[in-house]
Amino acid sequence: MKEINFTVTDPLGIHARPAGILVKEAKKYASKITVWKGDKSCDMRKLLALMGMAVKQGDSITVQVEGDDEDACAAAIEKFLKENF
Amino acid sequence: MIVATGKSILNGIAIGKIKIYKAPVYEINTGLIEDVDAEVARFNAAVAKAIDQQGVLYEKAKKDAGEESAAIFEAHQLMLEDDDLQDSAREIIIEQKRSAEYATKTAFDNYAQMFAEMDDPYMKARSADLLDVETDVLDFLMGNDTSSMQGTEPSILVAEDLAPSETVKLDKSLLLGMITREGSSNSHTAILARSMNLPSLIQCKEIDDSWDGKMAILDGYNSCVYIEPTDDLMKTLSAKHAEDVKKLALLQELKGKPSVTLDGTSVHVYANIGGPSDLGSVNENDAEGVGLFRSEFVYLNSKEEPTEEQQFTAYKRVVETLAPKLVIIRTCDIGADKTIDYMHLDKEENPALGFRAIRICLTRKDFFKKQLRALLRASAFGNMGIMFPMIISKWELMEAKALLEECKAELIKEGHKIGKYQLGIMIETPASVLVADDLAEEVDFFSLGTNDLTQYTCAIDRQNAKLERFSDTHHPAVLKAIQMTIEAGHRHNTWVGICGELGADPTLTETFLRMGIDELSVNAKSVLPLRKIIRSVDLSK
Repeated sequence: MKEINFTVTDPLGIHARPAGILVKEAKKYASKITVWKGDKSCDMRKLLALMGMAVKQGDSITVQVEGDDEDACAAAIEKFLKENF
Repeated sequence: MIVATGKSILNGIAIGKIKIYKAPVYEINTGLIEDVDAEVARFNAAVAKAIDQQGVLYEKAKKDAGEESAAIFEAHQLMLEDDDLQDSAREIIIEQKRSAEYATKTAFDNYAQMFAEMDDPYMKARSADLLDVETDVLDFLMGNDTSSMQGTEPSILVAEDLAPSETVKLDKSLLLGMITREGSSNSHTAILARSMNLPSLIQCKEIDDSWDGKMAILDGYNSCVYIEPTDDLMKTLSAKHAEDVKKLALLQELKGKPSVTLDGTSVHVYANIGGPSDLGSVNENDAEGVGLFRSEFVYLNSKEEPTEEQQFTAYKRVVETLAPKLVIIRTCDIGADKTIDYMHLDKEENPALGFRAIRICLTRKDFFKKQLRALLRASAFGNMGIMFPMIISKWELMEAKALLEECKAELIKEGHKIGKYQLGIMIETPASVLVADDLAEEVDFFSLGTNDLTQYTCAIDRQNAKLERFSDTHHPAVLKAIQMTIEAGHRHNTWVGICGELGADPTLTETFLRMGIDELSVNAKSVLPLRKIIRSVDLSK
């Protein structure tokens, strides 16, 4: 399992449109991707659940990636987070 | 005649009959159903169609109003594709034996409610998106045809509110203008209205069903609508409308065309803007970029000194919205006639020659660094220029540049991304004209602030009415100063533009072109008239 820690710097947090692109990115991989904020978690493939976590600027999130393509997947997700949030 | 007021989206006039637009009333079967499998299949089919439809709406919105406003349909599509949402509707059908319509309404309403209850105003607003896609699914389930709701003749549409999907589905050839009771100036309706040049009123609380079919004039200039207007008013506003149509024709003729003279010399025609609310006017008037973005708005709109974060958000929004167009942001130019309480500036005998602009910034370095850091961070999001005002000596420029480098080093260390940007200064004092060669070595561009340059060169207070006889905006000394600046700039590969009022003076356009000016930055409305002149000049003659 791979783990990514990330702090959101985008003033809007993880909002609808980029969250949508994040979900699309996550769907490219077979690995199970779980997003944690505090003790709340959700599947990164699920847009409404992800938006429902209301990740704001300054929030720290942890992303866990588990599966056959976890290396490639974790690298792609980390890059995406850095560039967009 | 009835007069109702609202908030105008666009300066323009629409004349025509009113059509009241009402969303259909959904009568939903709440009873039990027999064939669960068939009902699930109906739901699946309707969702699939609604997902496809978002793609169609995306393309349509992109064509009508551009990528930015189309993005919402991409988000809608992903919401509809969400397994949790679909599963919760299917569960209602299977376990409670209810109709697909009832299941859709219940499940989608639940999610909308979840967003409505969130603290964040942005997320709160997403509940409207869910209700919008809910309507799409229900329309497919119930076979509703919304296309007949606009009537058959072009009219001014009046509605309570228009959801993004409703606005996009409207037949634009039947649309003269729009009036809604709700809506905000950033709503989809407003974006569409602006990009399509449709006069529109939002927040018009007085709309009434009795207006239906009546003749009306929507006056965007005065933010009101006249129902059954008097003949006199009809005559006046029809004339104004005809004038607008003529201007629009100019826009159509010149939009997208380069600002290039008959002999092939091209110049950039940019717009001057004062705040994020002017962003729309840049694209509306087809400006090629922004030659002067007055950053004062971030200081003037705030009761206390804006933080780096607040400034970053504002600048980022501006450069991101206009990318890839160049946006030149002038650093803080307060003092003189623009004062701010929290800056605690002393009253001065002679403010135009006093503690202002870069002089304040180089004295209060911590204050200045906040802005520089915010600008550098925003530079990663588009094509930015940073411009210092009121430079008279090279050491000022070097000190400002050193501060900029200091901020850059700090930001890189903190892990921030910094984009490429151009660096320039305002040339607005005779001193800077006379040392322009030295200054040009250090910057990418010069921008001539002709208002101050004229006032300082001629020693004439531009606010003093008694001096009118002595004042000459085309004074040969000012024109010579402009010429000298252009020549000095070009000796050092520094491009030179004008961002003062003189740049928009059509009687001087050819003169400036012959001097070799590279850019003219003018109020947005002057962009296309200026382009027309440029395209008719032949510099080889």
